[in-house]
Amino acid sequence: MGGIDWRQIWDIVSAPDNVPIVALLFFVPFYTWYAFRQARANDQLIAQLESDPQLAKTAYRKTYPWKPGWLKEIHTWPYLMRMELLVAIIVTVILTVWSLTLNAPLEELSNPNLTMNPAKAPWYFLGLQEMLVYFDPWIAGVVMPTLIIVGLMVIPYIDENPLGSGYYTLKQRKWAIITFCFGFMVLWLTMVFIGTFIRGPGWMWFWPGQTWDPGRVVFEPNRDLPDLFGITSMVGKSVFGAIVMAIYFAAAGFGFHKLITRKGFNRKIYERMSLVQYAILQVFLIMMLLLPIKILIRHLFRIKYIWITPWFNV
Amino acid sequence: MADQEKETNGKKGLAVLVDEVREGTKVLKEKAKEELGNLKKPEKTPLYKSMFRVKHDDSERSRALSVLTNVFFHLHPAKVNRDAVRYNYTWGMGGITFYLFIVLTFTGVLLMFYYHPTKGQAYRDIVYLMNDVPFGRLLRNMHRWAAHLMVIAVWLHMFRVFLTGSYKKPREFNWCVGVVLLVFTLLLSFTGYLLPDDQLGFWAVTVGTNMARATPLLGHEGPFGPQLGMTPYNDVRFALLGGSIVDANALLRAYIWHCLAIPIIVSLLLGVHFWRVRKDGGISGPAPVQLESEIKPIRKI
Repeated sequence: MGGIDWRQIWDIVSAPDNVPIVALLFFVPFYTWYAFRQARANDQLIAQLESDPQLAKTAYRKTYPWKPGWLKEIHTWPYLMRMELLVAIIVTVILTVWSLTLNAPLEELSNPNLTMNPAKAPWYFLGLQEMLVYFDPWIAGVVMPTLIIVGLMVIPYIDENPLGSGYYTLKQRKWAIITFCFGFMVLWLTMVFIGTFIRGPGWMWFWPGQTWDPGRVVFEPNRDLPDLFGITSMVGKSVFGAIVMAIYFAAAGFGFHKLITRKGFNRKIYERMSLVQYAILQVFLIMMLLLPIKILIRHLFRIKYIWITPWFNV
Repeated sequence: MADQEKETNGKKGLAVLVDEVREGTKVLKEKAKEELGNLKKPEKTPLYKSMFRVKHDDSERSRALSVLTNVFFHLHPAKVNRDAVRYNYTWGMGGITFYLFIVLTFTGVLLMFYYHPTKGQAYRDIVYLMNDVPFGRLLRNMHRWAAHLMVIAVWLHMFRVFLTGSYKKPREFNWCVGVVLLVFTLLLSFTGYLLPDDQLGFWAVTVGTNMARATPLLGHEGPFGPQLGMTPYNDVRFALLGGSIVDANALLRAYIWHCLAIPIIVSLLLGVHFWRVRKDGGISGPAPVQLESEIKPIRKI
């Protein structure tokens, strides 16, 4: 092992293009805390109003201080626009200081004959590049981005929960918020962090403090799921994989269905959904869950492909 | 005699003239004084009145009109929800994103003065910019860091919009416009990555566009691609790069997407996005909390 290589850590953290990711390490926890603090305050207010219907009729239903007689609306000029000016000035100052102290990187002239090791995509795409370890490029590079974009756009049309519009809350939208945070923080941001800080030369896994040794050799024989069952023919593999995927879809769908229809409130929302909405929700949830499952079986059992066909592998 | 008369007449004439001039200057002086005095109140000048059509005093009417009659301000409503200006609700992330877009446009146009999108020249331009152009290094740094900040601001904006449920009725469509804007923000940053033509950008774009090889049906290494006749010279990656490798054509394409096409698309979509914020009833909150007992039954179509 040879102890922690602090120099390596500093090299990675202080690389100019990695600064945004270091910034994210601060921003995301901060704003999450900031949001959930407000969500908790609102949830307490909601509980209070639910338990006291008389109060619900009279109370001003926000956690912000308010006195009768105060105006409900204020003028954009100057009250909003001075805020905007202030924010613009602060951003400008931060940006100027940042630009004066840290230089944008410029490497050698591009050279197709000299491969960078590691060759990394821009930091915001590192999540997708990390997915290349677990999936073939057509999934990681094409299908997955498409699913993310479509999945995001579909959210307002399948979320039939009318509560929680225009205020922070956790209790009223637990399912939606947990799902989104899982996607955003675990599946997207964590992969970006891994791609930046953990993946070294040859896209190999280096723990923080390990030296990025380009000569390192890792012996990790991968196997495919059909191999474990001794299936050797291509037809057998194709059919076997299709069956396993079908079983996964059915089992995951059934599991999600049980979860969604378990509790009173979720059940109520479920009953509001049309069949199409529910089917779309299920498909996206099942696909989303496939990611961590594939990552886990790769790391735990060294399984590369589940489904092998002559045209594509999953 | 005649001479004498002439002289007196002349003297008389001169005196009259002097008096007239004196009178004239007095009037002029008064006028000038008055007009100079008016300059202390620029809002009284016709020039000012022609530019700004309303009074800027503290009255309700003037405050509303100063927003409504200004083309740059009129995307704002005249009045907003009293809590909507609180930082803790919106985090200001949408506004910061837009401000960074303006900063990027400004610094980007300045950078374009020093840049040729041709192989060989491009890299030399960047080196020149960083070492010889006054404030060139600052300009480039600002452009790059503002781009990174914009990506972060967009993500946090989206996170906030989700957590406050702001995509719910009637704002569903504007959420979709926002998702498209997110994609274009990333593409803007990505196309800019190649432009310095250094190893970093070259290999990042190579890694990025190599994925396009594997596009199902449309890529020569993707599922069913070869079966449909895809080769490295006619697939979707070829269309993106203008060639089978990242080279001069790819640089030019990245440049045009980065400096022209995507900014125009983004500007249009930003217009739609802001317009829809207004038309969908302003920003979503902070709204009064709703209770479970108040859920109305869904209306069947």
